[in-house]
Amino acid sequence: MTVSDTHLLTVENLSVTIPSSAGAVRAVDRVSLALERGRTLALVGESGSGKSMFCRAVMGLLPRSAVVPGAARVTFDGRDLGGLPRRELAAIRGREIGVVLQDPLSSLNPVIPVGRQIAEPMRYHLGLSSARARERAVELLAAVGIPQPEERLGAYPHQLSGGMRQRVAIAMALACEPKLLIADEPTTALDVTVQAEILNLLGRLQRERNMAMVLVTHDLGVVAGRAHETAVMYAGRIVEKAPTVELFTRMRMHYTRALFDAIPRIDDPPHRELGAIGGQPPGPAAQRVGCPFAPRCWRAEERCRTEEPPLARDAGENHSYACWFPLSQEERP
Amino acid sequence: MSEREPLLRVEGVTVVYSVGGRRNVHAVSGVSFALFRGETLGLVGESGCGKSTLARAIMQLPRPTAGRVILDGEDITVLGSRSLRALRSRFQMIFQDPIASLNPIRRVGESIEASLRTKGGKSAAERVRRAREMMTTVGLDPEQHYRRRPFQLSGGQCQRVSIARALMTEPQLLICDEPVSSLDVSVQAHIINLLRKVKSDYGLSMLFIAHDLAVVKNISDRVAVMYLGRLCELAPCADIFSSPAHPYTRALINAVPRPGPCQPLAGTGMLSGELPSPMDPPSGCRFRTRCPRAETRCVMVQPELRQIAPGHLVACHFPLREVAGPDEDHRPLMDRPDN
Repeated sequence: MTVSDTHLLTVENLSVTIPSSAGAVRAVDRVSLALERGRTLALVGESGSGKSMFCRAVMGLLPRSAVVPGAARVTFDGRDLGGLPRRELAAIRGREIGVVLQDPLSSLNPVIPVGRQIAEPMRYHLGLSSARARERAVELLAAVGIPQPEERLGAYPHQLSGGMRQRVAIAMALACEPKLLIADEPTTALDVTVQAEILNLLGRLQRERNMAMVLVTHDLGVVAGRAHETAVMYAGRIVEKAPTVELFTRMRMHYTRALFDAIPRIDDPPHRELGAIGGQPPGPAAQRVGCPFAPRCWRAEERCRTEEPPLARDAGENHSYACWFPLSQEERP
Repeated sequence: MSEREPLLRVEGVTVVYSVGGRRNVHAVSGVSFALFRGETLGLVGESGCGKSTLARAIMQLPRPTAGRVILDGEDITVLGSRSLRALRSRFQMIFQDPIASLNPIRRVGESIEASLRTKGGKSAAERVRRAREMMTTVGLDPEQHYRRRPFQLSGGQCQRVSIARALMTEPQLLICDEPVSSLDVSVQAHIINLLRKVKSDYGLSMLFIAHDLAVVKNISDRVAVMYLGRLCELAPCADIFSSPAHPYTRALINAVPRPGPCQPLAGTGMLSGELPSPMDPPSGCRFRTRCPRAETRCVMVQPELRQIAPGHLVACHFPLREVAGPDEDHRPLMDRPDN
């Protein structure tokens, strides 16, 4: 069995640089990963860590000025996306790769009824008749848990609550039964109650449809139990990657630990001082010498400031990390 | 706790908006509570429940339709606009979107300094000196940041600017309306720690509004839960999380994600259905349409806020504490035998 048979998406050595007045911004830095069919990969990191730019690169939706160095290779379902003409890429996007974005109010068209927005990709990609597409739209609205779906077809986005809008956006992304769903901070703009519902909904739909999913979030708290594998990004790089349970029980990166400590927990007593990471993430145009997290890391030594640690894994383990001085057993949460 | 003198008393505050014709929205209906000196009261609820409207009614932005807001013994709802303005320096507010709540073309240092201008009585040089000091207090570098404009700063830095601006007038009361919900988890931790620190350093009382219960628990002494314009539960922080009495409170607690590999997934026993429209709220108890315990009485009679334990108030005909033992409280709503 070749790699492309088991893996739906493989990304090798993907970098994205964007020219700016302050110098070239390296938004994504040598990212490699692979995702199997029906599995979920969570991408976790702070704002500006390159998560969204990575997703845009996979979908072929990078800004025009972005430069992707030639060594990068993105393979989706056996096809090299980098080598495809724009038209073929557009045919894959929306049909085989669905996407759900953070803010459903700005990702839906405000002046078109939601039913038509859900039907449109099916008419465009699958060539369905308008009556058939309408029928399917009703089924999809029901599948994402919208009550009285037929009546909601004619609703405009502003007539729906935030949670309902996100359900519509999910219905739209699922319309053509994609093999891969990219969910970029799908619940960040939503209430906690709605957040849990939407994440549960995505999980259920994914299992039912054997869809692969990339779940992007800044909150390490939401990935537990919802992703098979978790990759932590910092300054455009993946700095730690492991099966999710392994990551939580045996985390190796100080940065991952810091993200974990920053989460307020409902099971903690009131007034616990939250673990806040000192300093700022490096500016995107900053010169890269050594480990990018070194200036904020309490464990950093001279070597961290001069020599960049590679993303590597210990022999026989499926857990990679980029740190010269990984967390010991006692230092883990 | 009744011997303590409250700094803020909110009595029967109601906010009604007209939405054309004779239709009205009751955004806030008869809300009463007290905020004690040096206390942080957390106010939680879903989007659209009236939290922000209540905060603005307390700020008199605009004045509530009915009810009284008593700050330090003085009813501020009857004050003329001039006396209200004079009093404003004593209650300040921080908003959700840190970048949009600052003047985009003004340098942030000037925004901070300007809040003293309204109060009057200080020379320009003195105001600038104080603004620079305050920037240091909230973790900004005056040399580096004073002359920046909001778009040149990150969301977390802008929220620090908002906090500095609010603290300049030495307020007694700070109202924070979702101050961290648009921030990353890592930045959120900084801002919460900062708010906790300035609260104790400046002896502030704080009304902290958020939809994230874990955040509210971390910073609050007492917690009030709001649903569709009404308070449904008010209790000390430790109580409300260990033994919530209102079914809505428990559903909110169940919805919070717990980070860790072996934790149960959030959202088991979730609320079904949507928040009803405040234009046409359900009769009786407003939560009854989504409540697994609702009975005929909940349709007929609106439950009033009543005390079920010292300091623990709940507006429910069938509170969880009276019938359910503490063990049962941890079970998802759907798994309970009485459904």
